[in-house]
Amino acid sequence: MAIEGDLAQMGAFLGAGLASVGMGGAAIGVGNVVGNYLSGALRNPAAAAGQTATMFIGIAFAEALGIFSFLVALLLMFAV
Amino acid sequence: MATETNGAATEHAQGMPQLDFSTFPNQIFWLLVTLVVIYFVMSRVALPRIASVLAERHGAIQSDLDKAEQMKAKAVEAEAAYNKALVDARAEAQAIVEATRAEIQKDVDVAMAKADAEIAAKSAESEAAIKEIRDSAMSAIEEVANDTAEAIVAKVMPAAADKAAVKAAVSARLKG
Amino acid sequence: MAIESDAVEQELELAIHPMDQFLVKPLFGGGHGDIGMFTITNATLWLGITVLCAIALMVLGTRGRAIVPSRSQSIAEVIYVFIYKMVEDITGKDGLKYFPYIFSLFIFILVANVVGLLPASFTTTSHIAVTATLALIVFVAVTVLGFVKNGTAFLSLFWVSAAPLALRPILALIEVISYFVRPVSHSIRLAGNMMAGHAVIKVFAGFAVVTFISPAAIGAIVAIYALETLVVCIQAYVFTILTCVYLKDALHPSH
Repeated sequence: MAIEGDLAQMGAFLGAGLASVGMGGAAIGVGNVVGNYLSGALRNPAAAAGQTATMFIGIAFAEALGIFSFLVALLLMFAV
Repeated sequence: MATETNGAATEHAQGMPQLDFSTFPNQIFWLLVTLVVIYFVMSRVALPRIASVLAERHGAIQSDLDKAEQMKAKAVEAEAAYNKALVDARAEAQAIVEATRAEIQKDVDVAMAKADAEIAAKSAESEAAIKEIRDSAMSAIEEVANDTAEAIVAKVMPAAADKAAVKAAVSARLKG
Repeated sequence: MAIESDAVEQELELAIHPMDQFLVKPLFGGGHGDIGMFTITNATLWLGITVLCAIALMVLGTRGRAIVPSRSQSIAEVIYVFIYKMVEDITGKDGLKYFPYIFSLFIFILVANVVGLLPASFTTTSHIAVTATLALIVFVAVTVLGFVKNGTAFLSLFWVSAAPLALRPILALIEVISYFVRPVSHSIRLAGNMMAGHAVIKVFAGFAVVTFISPAAIGAIVAIYALETLVVCIQAYVFTILTCVYLKDALHPSH
């Protein structure tokens, strides 16, 4: 039981670590959203203020998928 | 908080406390209580109060703006009145200047006319005096000429001495 | 998570328990025992403190009703106008009916997050139980509202009429899935951000025990604390703005 349990736990931990890599994708996505917003805002600063809310919505959507990988990691760590 | 030790029982989290489902009913219950309290306080007290304050401020600002607008209109009006007064005063001054000038002109004209008349009278008088002098001179000349001619005629041919004929001949010569 | 004590020299114990701060404990009775539904716990205490702070800011702060606001009144007014504008801009005029709830949601999350940043406090919003309840209330309310306001036309939310006909069923499937994972991402975003930030601070606090890296650790705590102060406000904002977006989908489901 001990060895199998350890093996299963090791697998779960490895999986959790791998799932965390997915959050890097979310980070890239969020960076993309903000970077594009900023480059647009610098070109047309007058229109920037009105689009801040849209940027945050975009960030939230990009982040949502990273949250799933976080969720998977949590589930592997604590629930499996 | 992590290392707080109350007696022997130092509790450490096993795994994630967030996934300890035994605490869920408790948390959810108290959360709902919290939400209900916050919702009622906000929707009954705080939000209407802030809304009324904002509306009041908006009204105050609006009325101030209106007042400023009125003041501005009044200022414009005052400026127009001032300008009008200025124009009026200028026109009046012009009129006064005009009237004064006309009066002076009249005086000058009268004085001129008077002077002219005086000059005319004086010159007529002088002319008359000159004429009189000339006439008297003329008659003196005629007399002298008559006397001279009579004397000449009486000397030359005393028979033919006719006073009237000599006089006529002399005046005919003088006129010619 | 604790490193074995024999790995560390002297009596110094590098014991890092970053998750201990999230433990829910009964306030009375020595801190143990079962937690029933109505037990007064530290979570209850901090929820109560949140309510008191929110009331202090929004009610006591505005009691002057001044035309020229005091400091606390202008903070309350700024928050009011900010959320009012957000609701009006995103959901339109007909969404303003739900403004009081959205405002309560925002002020609760904001104050709970900020209060949770106090040292030795308990962050109620770092618990999935709390954020999931908040998100589920929004999700259920929005779904019910969508069907009540639009009837079956609400389902057009999933039928992307702008896409080619062949793609529409696939898109509909994706839309349905993304609709149902909304409460998951909605809640875990908030809880995850709160939990991760506080746990990172705690990890650095654990390193601060070791003398030669303690300056760096304390510097890191300060930096992350500053970042957390920002994150705390942004997460409250994001939660609220997403609520507005979901509400807009329910009121005007056509794309």
